[in-house]
Amino acid sequence: MKILVAVKRVIDYNVKVRVKADQSDVDLSNVKMALNPFCEIAVEEAVRLKEKGTAEEIVVVSIGPKACQEQIRTALALGADRGIHVETDTMPDSLGAAKLLSKVVAEEQPQLVILGKQAIDSDNNQTGQMLAALTDMPQGTFASEVKINDGKVQVTREVDGGLQTVELTLPAVVTTDLRLNEPRYASLPNIMKAKRKPLDVKTPADLGVELAAKVALLKVEPPAERSAGVKVADVAELVEKLKNEAKVL
Amino acid sequence: MSILVIAEHDNKTLNPATLKTLTAAQAMGDDVHVLVAGEGCGAVAEAAAQAAGVQKVFCADHAAYAHQLAENISALVVSLAEGYSHIVAPATTTGKNFMPRVAVLLDVAQISDIISVEAPDTFRRPIYAGNAIATVQCQQAVKVITVRATAFDAVAADGGQGLVTSLDAVFESDKVRFVGEQVAASERPDLAAARVVISGGRGMQNGENFALLEKVADKLGAAIGASRAAVDAGFVPNDMQVGQTGKIVAPELYIAVGISGAIQHLAGMKDSKVIVAINKDEEAPIFQVADYGLVADLFEVLPQLESALS
Repeated sequence: MKILVAVKRVIDYNVKVRVKADQSDVDLSNVKMALNPFCEIAVEEAVRLKEKGTAEEIVVVSIGPKACQEQIRTALALGADRGIHVETDTMPDSLGAAKLLSKVVAEEQPQLVILGKQAIDSDNNQTGQMLAALTDMPQGTFASEVKINDGKVQVTREVDGGLQTVELTLPAVVTTDLRLNEPRYASLPNIMKAKRKPLDVKTPADLGVELAAKVALLKVEPPAERSAGVKVADVAELVEKLKNEAKVL
Repeated sequence: MSILVIAEHDNKTLNPATLKTLTAAQAMGDDVHVLVAGEGCGAVAEAAAQAAGVQKVFCADHAAYAHQLAENISALVVSLAEGYSHIVAPATTTGKNFMPRVAVLLDVAQISDIISVEAPDTFRRPIYAGNAIATVQCQQAVKVITVRATAFDAVAADGGQGLVTSLDAVFESDKVRFVGEQVAASERPDLAAARVVISGGRGMQNGENFALLEKVADKLGAAIGASRAAVDAGFVPNDMQVGQTGKIVAPELYIAVGISGAIQHLAGMKDSKVIVAINKDEEAPIFQVADYGLVADLFEVLPQLESALS
């Protein structure tokens, strides 16, 4: 089967973000960017399915400015076969991204689409579900285990009370939770090989999608700072302070 | 403006997150209706009708909704959507699962995890693991929104006089089938709603040592949480994880034990009223957000804390 994996370029998860002085957005100039950690897990899962012989081809797609090609190359170095870059000047919202991806799905006809459950920048947790609804595919979100058998995929999902298992008829959309797998590192030879793998560039116009932001970003502010706390010497002092000063005991 | 709130429940009881979501919904408009979709969920619908300010409750009781499968619930919600200016659900795993489908079926963008309602069309929500707060304005005819329950107080569970209406519509996708579930059994308060939370991290060293936290939790009536490191190391199950990718908590008292305080963990707990950190590394980032810090070995401190609370 063919697997389509969607990946997003985001700020590296270790970077402490700064809000711009004019409060228009966070400052992404000269900040380290990387593959969104959940997307990395999605790529790894696809590569494992290929290694097991379940998948024949892995196509990786990313939407955004030209620099996204770095992240597509990273996914290719991890084992994806070819890339599609949907080039846009600005990052579309989840609905726009899902619409673009649905067109790629229509062209590529994958049996399985894997996405991360959320991007660590916008923290929306929407695109996979939206894509599933647009393509009329069933969805297995927040997956911690994926088993493919006989035209079906069994997905164990991380839900608030524990785990839930659902069986989806392929083609289907799966979004990854952190516990699905431990992504591998790309080796230098694979990074070199990835440079020669095919990468198609398309535009939203090629895909027949007109992007329009439906939600306006009015302002971005840093969160309220917590005032500095105090160090206590021992347990007795801690309990005393919690009782008499903080009054939470 | 009419607001439709989709209730979070387990077919038996109304989840407190719903009452908190109702507070957010009532800031958007006065005419608040609730949808309870499940199987054998009549008592939940009755409970929802009692919640302060609820005008009307729809009860869709059918096996298709028993496990809150997104394919079925989203189709049901969309069938009810006409006439509502806002469709709102708590940002639980259930709400996060079906609401984006609702948004797409209505061809609108969704606003996730709001922490305040500034105006009926303007909301604040955290981005970048809570390191920035975005104010967004949405002028779509229908606003599809999930609510961070810990950011709102609950409405009173009684005093409402909502009218319960049964819904017969059944939406059942043949592309998805519920196979089973593993529910983590616990007699402790629910992590997301607890007044006190005590969490352990990698410093706990193994799962058995979590018994030390349990003893303190018993004294405090606290729920027990964990950092991702503790979950990944297999000390405790993942539904105990607090953080950007786990649960978001905002208790009155949060005690972090053996947790360094990575950005992703702080995203899940830094809105707690009082934070206590117990860590032997005095450079640990957790001390930068802790109201009270104790630099000490947790294996000495936890038994002392237990007896001090007796």
